[in-house]
Amino acid sequence: MSYKFFGGVHPAEHKEATEHKAVVPLDEAPAQVVIPMSMHVGAPCKPIVAVGDEVTVGQQIGETAGLGAPIHASVSGKVVAVEPRPHAGGDKMMSVVIENDFKDTPHPSIAHRENVDSLTPQEIIDIIKNAGITGMGGAGFPTHVKLGGAVGKADTIIINGAECEPYITADHRLMLERGEAVLGGVRLLTRVLGLPVATIGIEGNKLDAVEHLRSLIPDGDTSVKIEVLKTRYPQGAEKQLIQRITGRQVPPGGLPADVGCCVFNAATSAAVYDAVVEGKPLTQRIVTLTGGAMERPQNVMAPIGTPLTHLIKQAGGFKVDPQRLLMGGPMMGNPQFNLDAPMMKGTNALLALTDEEAAIQDTEQTCLRCGRCVNVCPMHLTPVYMHMYAEKRQWEAVEAFNVMDCMECGSCNYICPARLHLVQSFRMAKFEIRGLAAKKKAKEAKA
Amino acid sequence: MSEGTRKLGVASSPHVSSPIGTRSLMLDVVISLIPALCIAIYFFGPAALTKTAVSVAACVFFEWGYRKILKKTSTIGDLSAVITGILLVFVCPVTLPYWTIIIGDFFAIVVTKQLFGGLGKNFLNPALSGRAFLMMSYPVLMTTWVKPGMANWIPAFGSTVDAATGATPLSVDFMHSGIIPDASLMDMFIGNIGGCVGEISALMLLIGGVYLVVRGVIRVRIPVSFIATVAVLTFIFPKSGNGNFEWMMYNLLGGGLMLGAIFMATDYVTSPVTAKGEIYYGVGCGLLTVFIRYFGGYPEGVSYAILIMNACSWLLDKAGKPNRFGVTPEMRKAAKEKAKKEASAS
Repeated sequence: MSYKFFGGVHPAEHKEATEHKAVVPLDEAPAQVVIPMSMHVGAPCKPIVAVGDEVTVGQQIGETAGLGAPIHASVSGKVVAVEPRPHAGGDKMMSVVIENDFKDTPHPSIAHRENVDSLTPQEIIDIIKNAGITGMGGAGFPTHVKLGGAVGKADTIIINGAECEPYITADHRLMLERGEAVLGGVRLLTRVLGLPVATIGIEGNKLDAVEHLRSLIPDGDTSVKIEVLKTRYPQGAEKQLIQRITGRQVPPGGLPADVGCCVFNAATSAAVYDAVVEGKPLTQRIVTLTGGAMERPQNVMAPIGTPLTHLIKQAGGFKVDPQRLLMGGPMMGNPQFNLDAPMMKGTNALLALTDEEAAIQDTEQTCLRCGRCVNVCPMHLTPVYMHMYAEKRQWEAVEAFNVMDCMECGSCNYICPARLHLVQSFRMAKFEIRGLAAKKKAKEAKA
Repeated sequence: MSEGTRKLGVASSPHVSSPIGTRSLMLDVVISLIPALCIAIYFFGPAALTKTAVSVAACVFFEWGYRKILKKTSTIGDLSAVITGILLVFVCPVTLPYWTIIIGDFFAIVVTKQLFGGLGKNFLNPALSGRAFLMMSYPVLMTTWVKPGMANWIPAFGSTVDAATGATPLSVDFMHSGIIPDASLMDMFIGNIGGCVGEISALMLLIGGVYLVVRGVIRVRIPVSFIATVAVLTFIFPKSGNGNFEWMMYNLLGGGLMLGAIFMATDYVTSPVTAKGEIYYGVGCGLLTVFIRYFGGYPEGVSYAILIMNACSWLLDKAGKPNRFGVTPEMRKAAKEKAKKEASAS
């Protein structure tokens, strides 16, 4: 039985620049890495090292304070600063700065685990937690929390290999080059959840990855199923992927576990394998350096905390002045203005768009009411009306159109022939609505 | 280019946009109207072309002039005025004098569209409201038909011999007395009949419609629900003992149904945007068309049906609000019952 998710768009993929390029290590390791204490959903970590400390690769340098995942050193060397540094989110964030000694001394605790088959589910969850694994698709939800919360509740496990954002090929290359690790991670996650079968969803523009993974699954093994998905953005969004694979819809404000699903990114799955089998915490990841303005587009394996300037240098600098530098893809990526900011656990791409590529600079025209936004909204919203009320600053009216369900995928904004800045307007509305709700709560608390 | 002086753009995502813009959509609509224009020129002579050209020029001029006088940015580049110009001539007889057409253009562009704020803000279809205005102001001129044919290419003959002797198949005789017109169904389909400039050939209009659907400019919900409603009603209720199928076919191919359903009812600005709203709207247009044809004073009701439904678009969007993502029918039912209980409790 095959299901569909509603709406979506199909922007030009632009994956050709990097999809056939094997992942390479950095030509030159960064002299310094800046590791922010917040690379996940939840509270920032507390640094547990001080200036002058010698650290090794994989040594824990940040401990959780509430919801979160611990953070580890990605290079060996000396801590030279523990201070707020520019963060990709825009503001400054407490970071640990490590001067690289270029020795890559591993932490003594890192060792291949022999007894993997005898680990209990709880032990595996603890290993994942201590390895600091967070969702590597972008959002960065701590994996052990997601996994722990789904045990006993989830009847379906889905691995997200959709990579629906244009330009990005990090997961594609990972599945091609480290297919065993991805599948190994899938088996571990499935085991923790006690489920008989896992489904990997991969979009049809990565058929080589599909074939490769299928070739790695022994004949007669039914514990991993690979489903080829018709390429359509935002297929890789958690709710849409669940809908596409199972036909179930996550209720408003709910979690995948509410409909018995648990979704992990392909890269997260490989990280789980590395942590459980190889004993390695999450200290490096694949980043796609691409976009029309990059001199040498490529997929690179980089230590977490590598400054963006260093990644740009790796790609040979800019061919032309980029209009925009994005962390992530062109649909949901985060624009960067300070190149000293570092890449993080969820950074799957660094994208330098030229003036022509970032065509969104077009001025806004008037809404035609063409209804294309309504027909592409995967969350069944009516952006045309939401925008109309948001422009009039009638926040309650916008809320009545369920603007809080909007996940800011940008499909409506992409398709709009009048080039209205719809997502911006909905972000604004959500911000205002949250503000109003907080005010109301404060008032009630007073009374 | 030196480090530190480079200026990076920062804006809300998404950072790319579809190549399709307002202008390209409108251009597609203009292209889709060309087949119907060609057959109009063939059957009605060069006047069909010159009148269309004058009407387009007048519409663009009024759009430009109004915005110039009010010191607003010019919007003639979006081509929507061009479409209004073409469509207004398409819903008028070819004999209509130039000055009347220009008055209609003025009403369409200035009164219906610009006074409400321009493209996207008008709640009635400009071309149809222009036609409605002319119909009320100049009813005789608006119902003077010519027979299609080569005679129209010779203005001397066309004006003295053939003018006013033609009739549209959708006449009072047909609709009110049930007399089947003498045009064959094939003639009706090809367009070898009297009528407004653009409405005669169902074939050419369908070609344009298919083009629009294939290019993704319009969605099929409105035209299909509109035409299907008319088809079902006329099939079930033929007049004066006519055969169901024959009666239905004359109703579908005669008058402005195809033009209205494909090009007028699908006008972005004045039609609903939600899937359910579009179907309600199409069905409403179909019902009103048949009611006006059967019981109204005019033998033709497409234009008034669409205008009336235009005014209901927002309401229909409210009624057709999409089901919220993640809310199952059971959850909706439970919420409804809860609301009912609360209402009865208070």
